[in-house]
Amino acid sequence: MATSHNPSLLISSTSSNLCYSTITGAGSLPGSNTTSSPCAACKFLRRKCQPDCVFAPYFPPDNPTKFQNVHKVFGASNVTKLLNELQPYQREDAVNSLAYEAEMRLRDPVYGCVGVISVLHHQLRQLQDDLNRARVELARYQAAANLIGNIGPGSALHAGTGFGHEQFFQPQNGTNHQTMFRGLETGGINVAYNDSSLAAAIGFGSLTSGGLHFLKPSTVGGDERPSQVLVPF
Amino acid sequence: MSSSNSVEGSYSKRCAACKHLRRRCAEDCVLAPYFPATHPERFECVHKIFGAGNVARMLKAIPVQERAQAADSLSAEAYRRVQDPVYGSTGIVIQTNQEISSTQCELAKIRAQISMYEAQMATEQQPPPPGLPQQQGSLGSQENMPMFEPNDPFNFLN
Repeated sequence: MATSHNPSLLISSTSSNLCYSTITGAGSLPGSNTTSSPCAACKFLRRKCQPDCVFAPYFPPDNPTKFQNVHKVFGASNVTKLLNELQPYQREDAVNSLAYEAEMRLRDPVYGCVGVISVLHHQLRQLQDDLNRARVELARYQAAANLIGNIGPGSALHAGTGFGHEQFFQPQNGTNHQTMFRGLETGGINVAYNDSSLAAAIGFGSLTSGGLHFLKPSTVGGDERPSQVLVPF
Repeated sequence: MSSSNSVEGSYSKRCAACKHLRRRCAEDCVLAPYFPATHPERFECVHKIFGAGNVARMLKAIPVQERAQAADSLSAEAYRRVQDPVYGSTGIVIQTNQEISSTQCELAKIRAQISMYEAQMATEQQPPPPGLPQQQGSLGSQENMPMFEPNDPFNFLN
């Protein structure tokens, strides 16, 4: 475990602990050479990776692109300052969100992540319009069914059961939800449902950087995210 | 005095970036058009998150006609990151994706209900074939279903 870097393990939800132990050699065999490979940040910056390197837990050496992107957009010193202002349990999500935004900025130098948000908002508005239209149509059917008088104890159109809503639409272990979620493509951002990471909500199936999988908005530290869209300048 | 006044005059024309960085604002300062001195907080946010050098480099790499939008989007991202240091703009992406997902779910449910109504209407309009038991559809037994009028008095199928 100390010397081999299994990408799937690194990408799992407990990647931070695994990465840290891997990088610092905490998992190495006793008596063996404890010089671990430097993290991607120190490799890129061509400096010695100290045991307390702030980047090491979050930028494993087998994913150099992640740090290169973050460095290109934000700069190593800015990232260091940002991370130092956060609690340790918040840092992994912060790094992963920075990596995501850096990736989006490099893909779209003009709009970056803001462009993704615009596309998603547009999609949401269209869906809400479709939903309103569908509700109106359903109300018409329900009204017509009531007028016709197809209401009875044995009738499948019994209004009390909501036309058998519970009977006829049963999400199968959430698969309908997941299937729809998986099919969502947004400007090349494939929203894949992955219950181990922040990628569940963002989607990194289409990224070529070796998979930037994030933790879910943290349940670990109870981090509070803003509940409303912030208005830029 | 006059020279200091002229120096003062030129200093007063510095953009927010050059003021913050305490340097002379060149005529061709790439940041000046997008970070006016009237909004110092805009540049401070951007500088804190991206760094002045990175912003200048990114803007220089973009055609001039698109630099205003780029500066605005950088400012927006920087502002959101300052407000939410952990998730920044990514938090908005997550939230919106979740809303999209729940809306799609609800839409699918309502469309399924509509399909059931349509299927029911179609079934009731067709008389059962002679000699065969009444068809058992996905809606369950239709034994108690009254006969449907062949004409559509309410004209809602059109």
